[in-house]
Amino acid sequence: MNPIVKLVAQRVALSLLLLLMISVLIFVGTMILPGDVAQSILGQSATPEALANLRAELGLNDPPLTRYFQWLFGALQGDLGTALTSGQDITAAIGSRLSNTLFLAFWAAVVAVPLAIFLGLLAVRYKDRWPDKLISAVTLASISIPEFLIGYVLMYLIAVKLRWFPSVAMINDGMNLWQKLNSIALPVAVLTLVVLAHMMRMTRAAILNVMQSAYIETAELKGLSSFKIIWRHAFPNSVSPIVNVVMLNLAYLVVGVVVIEVVFVYPGMGQYLVDHVSKRDVPVVQACGLIFAAVYIGLNMIADIVSILSNPRLRHPK
Amino acid sequence: MSEPLLKVRDLKIGATVYPPGEKPHDIEIVHGVSFDLMPGKVLGLIGESGAGKSTIGLSSMAYGRGGVKITGGEVWVNGRDILKSKLGDIRKLRGGEVTYVSQSAAASFNPAKTIMEQVIEASVEQGKFSRRNAEARARALFAKLGLPDPDNIGSRYPHQVSGGQLQRCMTALALCPEPDLVVFDEPTTALDVTTQIDVLMAIKEAIRDTGVAALYITHDLAVVAQVSDDIMVLRNGDMVEYGSVDQIINRPQEEYTQALVSVRSIEHEEKSPTAEPVLSVRNITARYKGTKFDVLHNVNVDLYPGQTLAVVGESGSGKSTLARVITGLLPPREGEISFAGRTLTPDFKHRTREDLRELQMIYQMADVAMNPRQTVGTIIGRPLEFYFGLRGAEKKKRIIELLDEIELGEKFIDRYPAELSGGQKQRVCIARALAAKPKMIICDEVTSALDPLVADGILKLLLNLQKIENVAYLFITHDLATVRAISDNIAVMYKGKVQRYGGKTQVLSPPFDDYTDLLLSSVPEMRLGWLEEVIANRKMESAGN
Repeated sequence: MNPIVKLVAQRVALSLLLLLMISVLIFVGTMILPGDVAQSILGQSATPEALANLRAELGLNDPPLTRYFQWLFGALQGDLGTALTSGQDITAAIGSRLSNTLFLAFWAAVVAVPLAIFLGLLAVRYKDRWPDKLISAVTLASISIPEFLIGYVLMYLIAVKLRWFPSVAMINDGMNLWQKLNSIALPVAVLTLVVLAHMMRMTRAAILNVMQSAYIETAELKGLSSFKIIWRHAFPNSVSPIVNVVMLNLAYLVVGVVVIEVVFVYPGMGQYLVDHVSKRDVPVVQACGLIFAAVYIGLNMIADIVSILSNPRLRHPK
Repeated sequence: MSEPLLKVRDLKIGATVYPPGEKPHDIEIVHGVSFDLMPGKVLGLIGESGAGKSTIGLSSMAYGRGGVKITGGEVWVNGRDILKSKLGDIRKLRGGEVTYVSQSAAASFNPAKTIMEQVIEASVEQGKFSRRNAEARARALFAKLGLPDPDNIGSRYPHQVSGGQLQRCMTALALCPEPDLVVFDEPTTALDVTTQIDVLMAIKEAIRDTGVAALYITHDLAVVAQVSDDIMVLRNGDMVEYGSVDQIINRPQEEYTQALVSVRSIEHEEKSPTAEPVLSVRNITARYKGTKFDVLHNVNVDLYPGQTLAVVGESGSGKSTLARVITGLLPPREGEISFAGRTLTPDFKHRTREDLRELQMIYQMADVAMNPRQTVGTIIGRPLEFYFGLRGAEKKKRIIELLDEIELGEKFIDRYPAELSGGQKQRVCIARALAAKPKMIICDEVTSALDPLVADGILKLLLNLQKIENVAYLFITHDLATVRAISDNIAVMYKGKVQRYGGKTQVLSPPFDDYTDLLLSSVPEMRLGWLEEVIANRKMESAGN
């Protein structure tokens, strides 16, 4: 069998195993939290009988193992339970939230990833000259300033003063794609600024590392222009570290955008999670945790697989 | 008479150096060299490392490696002074008119692209050929250079072909755009001797058939004598002598050239075996963890006190693995090793301190075998503390004795490795091994990274120390000239087996087995026409092809 198939299969199996272990952690973690769900739903004045009834109804008296497996099999079939506080079906509620979050993350990635890689290539091309220093300075500044501050500054300048884009990123199903994009332009800009520096600096470092190789000298002695050397000969050999950082940032775009969602009042997963954490709505917190873990593990698994595929020694064994 | 293709006038090249503890400053590394190269001729540039030969070769492409800058003079290619050309014109020259073959093809090919893509890249990029024509031309060159399956080898990746084959692919890469001049920079130095002659012959025929001119850079006079028309001898950035091959080889005028021609001045009389060997290797079979084949098969050798056993063979023959088994880094599957009358534990972790002390090792790369942040005194003093508990004045006295023995002297005690030359570094490593007062030292290719004259000095030192300290050497090398110079016994290794074993005179006298014959006949000899003669008389193919 081709070794590459085996390696990829291994990665996928390991990722699934990891996800299973995370699900245990999430379940145990929410179980050992102090407090009682029934108590928090009914409030301090509830009678003991009402508490006991509600506990029985919610299945809180079953042994933990039974509850874990019920939850796990439910989740596998797409049933994440019902929210305690509102009685809503979690899968339905998360569905629209998750698609909003993914929509925002997707467009932020579409802008940020190519831009970061291009800036990284540019920084290598003009290494230690002013374009390199300028790129480094700007991206570092943008990662160092807290994202809510960038958000408010952009909102003030672009939405309030220039009136190019709306300050509140409300989207709904009735909008067409163009209206939606117009609506999320500002959060996309902020997210881009936040994730740019990390990816750009890794691109620069990974390519510079490769630029020392003898085959770069060969390319130079073929009379190729600097940008062709970087793009054709250096970049393909530095894909692996770059992809890893890109995937970490994509994961951040999905699971770490709570602040941005709050600033721009965007109806995404982050807000939903925060709301329900404060209400101690355990099933919702568990569901969100499981989805975030799956996103993280999935993206890192893709990074691993791309790294394996980018290695010619594995792709074309002797 | 026609115009020279390459005309170099008063070429000066500088570099910025960063010596430890000093401010960086500029130095000149080539001081005004001038020469002409006519179309279709081959000029050999020869000299030791630091002579400036690669730097001069690359200047014909207006290229300076690392921090190297061309600071003065003129380089005319096809009637243009390329040092005054614009970058765009220089790019057309590189990969078009002038191309380059590097020492290590393995490092010079991009691992992520197929051989064909890289071979035709310059031709297509420079607009010399269409992609289709360039590919056809590349396939013709693969065939001419004797590569197996020339029609399909181009679709392979660099790691899928052997070192010798890749070096030929690099030659095809250089010849593909129909250049006027090819710079060959030590193209066969990294290869085994038996592979070297095939590649050398392929290069020679390719040069002859395409009528291209070439600069052939090497430190090996015997190699350059086979391919060049003229030879220029360089030393420390100056031209020492320039002449036809015949004149330089047979009638060298300058003292330095004479020294290069007659290098290997050592005459060493073979000693006969004494009663008790210091080391006996019995029926050793070994394999690396996680692999399914043995790299050593039933190896038996003996080493006698105060004598030298040379282990020779190509890369992959198992000679370094044998050293790993003896030192206990790789416990064998079968067999045993006795040392100084006792049986050695297979794994070094369970050996006594006495065992460790009496069996020392010197490595090929002296640079990486020393801690760059320790002084020479600390490096040599460490085994004195560790094995003998010496301290203070006593330790210092012994360090100075050792520094005198390796002919460096007391003034080196506070220096750092970065301040030493390659030969001096290797001497410090020898002193460190001797500090333990060993019965035996394993020398793993200790002179391979050194220039011939420096290597000669190291070998003389080793032989002298052997007389004084009565230490035995297990000398691992692929260089038969070194073997002749210092050994008492020889083991020829081939594919993990000892092919031939015995006293030096016996092993090196006919009748030979086919492999020993191939190995011996492949060592370049410093006479004209040697290459053709060897190729015509060969009995077997070398393993590297």
